[in-house]
Amino acid sequence: MGEWWTSVPTETSIGNYDISTISHVTMSPSRQNNLVSMYSSVPLSKSSYSVISAFCTEDNIPHCILYINQELASLGLSSTCIEASSPGGAGLSTVPALNAMYEVLQIHRRNMCTLEELEKEQLKKSSTLEHIQMSNSRLKDQLELSIREKSGLHETERQLQLKIKTLQNCLKTEKDEVQKLQSIIASRASQYSHDAKRKEREAAKLKERLSQLLVDRKDKKLAIDVLNCLGRSDGKRSHWKTVKVTASHEGEMYKSLLSDYEASQKSLLLENTELKKVLQQMKKEMIHILSPCRSSNRGATANDSLEQVDSDGEEKTGDCSRETLDQSCEHAREQLTNSIRQQWRKLRNHMEKLDSQASQAQNQLQSNKELIPRETHEDEMERMRCEVQQCREFIHAQQLLLQQQLNTSFDDETAALLNDCYTLEEKERLKEEWRLFEEQKRNFERERKNFTEAAIRLGREKRAFEEDRASWLKNQFLTMTPFTDRRRCSSSDGQSALSIRSEPEMRMSSTKAELSKSSTYATFSTPKPSQSAGVPSTNELYRMLRLIPDSSSSRHSNRGHWRESSSIEDGDRLAQAKNRVRSSDLSIFSLGEDENIIT
Amino acid sequence: MNFSEVFKQSNQLCKVSPDGKYLATCVQYRLVVRDVSTLQILQLFTCLDQISHMEWSSDSLFILCAMYKRGLVQVWSLEQPDWHCKIDEGSIGLVSSRWSPDGRHVLNTTEFHLRITVWSLCTKAVSYIKYPKACQKGIDFSRDGCYMALAERRDCKDYVSVFVCDDWHLLRHFETETQDMGGLEWSPNGCVLAVWDSCLEYKVLLYSLDGRLLSTYSAYDWSLGVKSVTWSPSSQFLAIGSYDEKVRILNHITWKKIAQFDHPATINSSKAVVYKEVEKRPAVVNDDLSLHNITIGATLFNTQSKYEICPLPVQIPVTKPDPDRANPKIGVSTLAFSSDSRFLATKNAGIQVQSLSWHCSGDSLVLLGKEQLCICYMDTDQEDT
Repeated sequence: MGEWWTSVPTETSIGNYDISTISHVTMSPSRQNNLVSMYSSVPLSKSSYSVISAFCTEDNIPHCILYINQELASLGLSSTCIEASSPGGAGLSTVPALNAMYEVLQIHRRNMCTLEELEKEQLKKSSTLEHIQMSNSRLKDQLELSIREKSGLHETERQLQLKIKTLQNCLKTEKDEVQKLQSIIASRASQYSHDAKRKEREAAKLKERLSQLLVDRKDKKLAIDVLNCLGRSDGKRSHWKTVKVTASHEGEMYKSLLSDYEASQKSLLLENTELKKVLQQMKKEMIHILSPCRSSNRGATANDSLEQVDSDGEEKTGDCSRETLDQSCEHAREQLTNSIRQQWRKLRNHMEKLDSQASQAQNQLQSNKELIPRETHEDEMERMRCEVQQCREFIHAQQLLLQQQLNTSFDDETAALLNDCYTLEEKERLKEEWRLFEEQKRNFERERKNFTEAAIRLGREKRAFEEDRASWLKNQFLTMTPFTDRRRCSSSDGQSALSIRSEPEMRMSSTKAELSKSSTYATFSTPKPSQSAGVPSTNELYRMLRLIPDSSSSRHSNRGHWRESSSIEDGDRLAQAKNRVRSSDLSIFSLGEDENIIT
Repeated sequence: MNFSEVFKQSNQLCKVSPDGKYLATCVQYRLVVRDVSTLQILQLFTCLDQISHMEWSSDSLFILCAMYKRGLVQVWSLEQPDWHCKIDEGSIGLVSSRWSPDGRHVLNTTEFHLRITVWSLCTKAVSYIKYPKACQKGIDFSRDGCYMALAERRDCKDYVSVFVCDDWHLLRHFETETQDMGGLEWSPNGCVLAVWDSCLEYKVLLYSLDGRLLSTYSAYDWSLGVKSVTWSPSSQFLAIGSYDEKVRILNHITWKKIAQFDHPATINSSKAVVYKEVEKRPAVVNDDLSLHNITIGATLFNTQSKYEICPLPVQIPVTKPDPDRANPKIGVSTLAFSSDSRFLATKNAGIQVQSLSWHCSGDSLVLLGKEQLCICYMDTDQEDT
């Protein structure tokens, strides 16, 4: 049926009205279709002939009827079907045809209604859909907005947190400072209160004392009570206080201040000259260091070298001229420091260049054996040190082994024998020494005995001597004449001194010459070899005296060194001991020495 | 080390004469003079009351004995034991007494520091000095004995008066820029006077002999300040010990700080060597005490102690002072230079050392603790200061 409808507009033989209705039909498939269908139903009836006549003609009426019955059956209207009025006739039975038409119209009306409803539904649905879409988009926008807001709020919250932290830190530091200040204040306060209390106590004491004094009234006068005035510590007299004196005091004070300033200035000058010398030295050395490098450095240092030549020249002349000037001149000082700075800068630049060169070389020529990087150099050093240590240990071990080898070159027996020999030798030596020691001891014992005997004898003799002296003095006193005796006595003074010290046999002869001078007895115990008289006994005396100090001194050394074992000294001492034995008569004098030395 | 027998003394008054020949000790009211080498009693003097202070004159000929309660000073002569001198301050009282450098004048400070009376033993004359200041160190004599510096306070201001010791002539009188002067000290060369403030303010002022202010030094504000000050023997350095446990050294040319030393409780510096005394006491058996009584006595005296080097870091045992009290026991309290100015010995107050002093040759140091005596020898080959 659809096909049939579409093929209709191609027939333009239908009238204008028809074309318009057909165009209406093609234009509006929807609402207007109903109207059009209403409108078209009326003209359709008019033009139905033309339309239907296309479908049904006089010839194919039964076919049409069949076809229409089939269509009706398919629509569900099987009950009504069209019949022909007469078989093979061109007419149609009206009643079934009308019923069929009526049915078809009903069906059509129903369809229209449902179509309308459906269209209404569709409209509604489309409007709700639109509505929903709009609200959806609106909500999306809202969501985005709120998300942005949230992130903004997050950001502000973070910043505020940060601020809180910093403020907390500040608060903490402030609190600490407050604490510190509080502690300071506390200590100061305690100090103040302590001082205040002390002052208060003192004031109280003052008040008390004042009241006591006012009550007491009998004032103890202050006074000084000295036995006698002392002299001044420096022995001079004290001066009156005059203007000259005060001026002199001022002068003294200024003098001492000035001398102190001068001394400090001198030392500072010395220091300055020293430092200047050092700086000069440094400068010279730096110039020296930089100058040979000039030839090795090329290119970039050409300018430097030129500069250097100039500055060198300038400085050399500068030096010559400056050194003649006073070194403490400020200009010279500045000159020196500037030149030092310049040189130092050059040296530094040079060092930096060298460093960069070295690093470059290191990077590029790593494999080059001449430029050894620092680490390998250090490793090498370590290795060499270890080697040296090992070698040393090895040598030490070798030495030990060699020593052992030498020591145990014999087998065990001979080694033991040798050791025995050594010990035997030592034992022999020790025995010898002990023997000598015993002998010496015996000698000394003997001597000591002799000395004690001599001392006893001496005591007795002394007593006898005293008695003799007393008697002689008495005689002398009784028989004294003014001049001659005294002269004789004085001339024989020296003699008497000697004779007293001479041998006991001679003592008897010299009793006459004894005087009551205590000095002579004092010289009894101290040997005075300088006393020279023409008495032959003095030579002997000298010899004796020389012997005696020698022996006593050697005895002293003996006392100190019992253990000395050299045979030469032994022989010496033995000889001396023999001497002593021989000179037992002289023991008095040695005893005297002894006494003197002991006391 | 050998020790002599124990001699009695009172008030810790026991001094050797400046020439080193005699030793004077005070026992209650008696003054005993002994010979230093033989410790035999040479002289015995009796004073009128218990002796509070005793001092040798600079020429070792006289000894001053002060009795503060009675206000009396007695001077005794060694050459002439019969010579006597008695100074009575009367009702004005006596707080301190000292010799002048020439050994012929006695300076008495009266009670409440009302005045200083200068008594001359040569002329029996009296001079008065008014308004002396009562502070840690108010009087100092220069080393050559020519000048005396005295701290004064008038009208709530501090002054310094410089007197010529010859005739007690006032040479200079100038005001100092201190709030409350704590003390003053001459430099050994007698040309500079160091004046410091009380502990409430850290301020050290340096005045030249003629009263000009040379320099001021202040290390910090507000905290407690200077505790002790000492000059080096060459007058080149001034060491200042303060309550913050640091020592600062100024040089005499610019009067600026050249060095600062800390006293940390833990020693960590690689240059420091710490010696620790280790005592080996033989164990005492506790059960048979009756039998071991004698041996215990012997073993206690046989404690051997030796010094061993402690590995760093070392914690020094320090007693914590009470910070709330006035004049707290913290800070550097004692400073002493060795005689060649090479070494500086300092003592921080928490350490239990009573006194320290250098030998005059400058290479050994004696430390006196409560129960111990320690002598330290410096290795003079080392270069470290």
